Amino acid sequence: MAKEIIVPVLGESVTEATVAQWFKAVGDTVAADEPLLELETDKVTLEVPAPVAGQLSEIVAANGVDVEVGALLGRIEEGNGATAQKPAAKAAPATPAKAAPATPAPAPKPAALAADLPLAPAVRKLVEEQGLNPAAIPGTGKDGRLTKEDVLRHLEGGQAPSAPAAEAAPVETRGVEAAPREERVRMSRLRKRVAERLKEAQNTAAMLTTFNEVDMSALKRARTQYRDSFEKKHGVRLGYMSFFVKAAIVALKEIPEVNAQIEGEEIVYKNHYDIGVAVGSPQGLVVPVLRDADRLGFAEVEKEIGAFGARARDGKLTMEELTGGTFTISNGGVFGSLLSTPILNPPQSAILGMHKIQDRPVAIDGKVEVRPMMYLALSYDHRLVDGREAVTFLVRLKECIEDPERILLDL
Amino acid sequence: MSDTAFDLVVIGSGPGGYVAAIRAAQLGLRTACVEKRGPLGGTCLNVGCIPSKALLHSSHHFAMAGQEFAEHGIAFGKLDLDLAAMMARKEKVVDELTKGIAFLFKKNKVTHFTGLGRIDAPGKVAVVEEGGKETALTAKNIVIASGSDVAPLPGVAIDEKKILSSTGALSLPKVPKRLAVIGAGVIGLELGSVWRRLGAEVTVFEYLDRILMPMDGELAKGAKKILTKQGLQFELGVKVTAAKATKQGVEIAFEAAKGGDAKTLVADAVLVAIGRVPYTEGLGLEKAGVATDAKGRVEIDAHFQTNVKGIYAIGDVVRGAMLAHKAEDEGIAVAEILAGQAGHVNYDAIPGVVYTWPEIAAVGKTEEELKAAGVAYKTGKFPFQANSRGRTSGDLEGFVKILADEKTDRVLGVHIIGPAAGELIGEAGLALEFGASAEDIARTCHAHPGYGEAVKEAALAVEGRAIHA
Repeated sequence: MAKEIIVPVLGESVTEATVAQWFKAVGDTVAADEPLLELETDKVTLEVPAPVAGQLSEIVAANGVDVEVGALLGRIEEGNGATAQKPAAKAAPATPAKAAPATPAPAPKPAALAADLPLAPAVRKLVEEQGLNPAAIPGTGKDGRLTKEDVLRHLEGGQAPSAPAAEAAPVETRGVEAAPREERVRMSRLRKRVAERLKEAQNTAAMLTTFNEVDMSALKRARTQYRDSFEKKHGVRLGYMSFFVKAAIVALKEIPEVNAQIEGEEIVYKNHYDIGVAVGSPQGLVVPVLRDADRLGFAEVEKEIGAFGARARDGKLTMEELTGGTFTISNGGVFGSLLSTPILNPPQSAILGMHKIQDRPVAIDGKVEVRPMMYLALSYDHRLVDGREAVTFLVRLKECIEDPERILLDL
Repeated sequence: MSDTAFDLVVIGSGPGGYVAAIRAAQLGLRTACVEKRGPLGGTCLNVGCIPSKALLHSSHHFAMAGQEFAEHGIAFGKLDLDLAAMMARKEKVVDELTKGIAFLFKKNKVTHFTGLGRIDAPGKVAVVEEGGKETALTAKNIVIASGSDVAPLPGVAIDEKKILSSTGALSLPKVPKRLAVIGAGVIGLELGSVWRRLGAEVTVFEYLDRILMPMDGELAKGAKKILTKQGLQFELGVKVTAAKATKQGVEIAFEAAKGGDAKTLVADAVLVAIGRVPYTEGLGLEKAGVATDAKGRVEIDAHFQTNVKGIYAIGDVVRGAMLAHKAEDEGIAVAEILAGQAGHVNYDAIPGVVYTWPEIAAVGKTEEELKAAGVAYKTGKFPFQANSRGRTSGDLEGFVKILADEKTDRVLGVHIIGPAAGELIGEAGLALEFGASAEDIARTCHAHPGYGEAVKEAALAVEGRAIHA
């Protein structure tokens, strides 16, 4: 009995994904719930586990193919037992059942005329063994057919420029033969989505940025003082981020426009504080959301952020964790940025940019002192937030960081 | 490593088995091939394709000498048939080719065991020699390529003297005066042709009301006309109910397939050629738990694996046409799969050839299939009458028919009856594999004069613009 592997529900308003990578080849034995492949959506990459134990008998949607929720990814021949051999990659005309001969390879969205033509035998073997999406390779044959040469050239170009082929080329060929001068890589779905949303923010919002700077002395002191006992009690390091999250909430409560959104003709004020915290991941920037962060203690905030970071690295963040924030904090400081203007995460109205802490001479009570300073940036949507509010927000936040007791006292 | 431990043990050395074994060895698998018959090569080389083609060629020469040489201005005294010499030549061809496989095994380091291959368990094969001596082999994977056997006909017991299977019909000591053939398929028509050319009166009985099922109807009709002209007699739509060996020969009882009066025909010999059945006897399938279907075929998945892990099957013993070249391609595919590569067989582009003269060959869809599937198609036909090479050689019978998608012009099927049709069909197979349009064939330069020009003209005819017709 072949069990179908189906694209799972991906989360709210997400209907499409790209097959990022199959971990298994056709013929491989898989255990139930063992990850079979990785799907890349607008927001996350997620693993699709094996619905049953058995043998992967067919890959319908190869690497790079766009699939919709509910689409067929492949099939597993139920049963167990393991094979010592690795009988690999035999497979699957694209659309199963009907039109077996006519259909080329897995290409739900035929790109060219040639998509209707069968793959030549040598090409079919090659694309399957290499896990390629034939639709993504430009064909130079008659009527746009894919030739073996096309696939081989694609493979060469797709690989990191390795040592020049043994037989190859005169020594002094500068560039042309030695290494490709440029490399074209398909944009990941996440990257594409990030690009779209950032541009959308710039096109929609009346975005501008206000700056301030904050003296981190008090925070540093508090952190040094309580680091060990905090870690001992909560099992998590006391970082700066929890202070900024809590300070931001104090300021958001005071300036509700910053926590609000424009929807059509209306302004929606949010009485909940879901703070997105931008973290880097191998797939790119992702922004998991701390739900109801106003109700979380410092330790809970630190723990959640830590967990997000780990899951982002493993690409295991869920769609729910990445949607629905009301305000975002981005810390470019971890990479050494001294000053930057963050772009809004629509439909949110503001984003806080933290930066690198740097010892700088500052004037304190008429004297020059060296203090650990950080620039703060607040980008905001001027359609909703006026300068006065934005600046007040940032000042309030600054006060809370410079005098953390204020957070406790909600001042 | 022990010399009985292998990565792959192939059971059967027919075209499927020996090719799988060689390909696997090429790919670095330690491979053994177990063959029950003394010489390698299976049915195809020993009692099938090869000896029948040898006899077809010999008998064709004989027929040409008798009927056509005079026209070419070749005169001689009396034409004599030395059947023993013809048979000896056939044996020599078979012997050379089977030894060729033994040589290829040696060259590729495939270990050859003689004996019946019996699967005792997944990974375990016993080689049972004729004397009963057994050798136990271990194998990471097993490929069953045990082939097929003559399908029996109820009421007709084959004795290979008067009541023959194809095996017996390839080795008759003398030309029968009258030969009856049961079954108007490939084997019946080929061996019927052999003995007809050598002088027998041949009557072909067929249950269906047409010959060469499931080939294209028009092709079959054309073939019947030509073969009838050569002296083959056809009794279509009849059921042979019994064949009894008598002192004089064989008495064949038959009646209309739909039911009717019983008739009899007395012949010197009768050839039972109603098809072939998968051969799985003694393989130990039941014990190993390998499932077979209602027709006795070993069930396999898309990667030729049976329901038992590590046991694969290819060729006549599995689903699909019982053709040597289909088995060969499956042998290649299964070996490549076992070596971790991708392996395919495109079952929609497997040619079928009948080696009568003229030859009959086809690849792809028949008109009947296209009609049933509701596919709109165009037809291009060209007769060898108008082919200059055919004129020079005197081979004027037959035609090439190309079926192409009405909209896309993609070639869907090619059907040929004519000189060397079995060779011409290769071009059509390539066209199918590459999704060529009829125009692609028409615009491919074909040498002149050549039989292949008929293919090109038929492709032109798809657009109604054949030059020479």
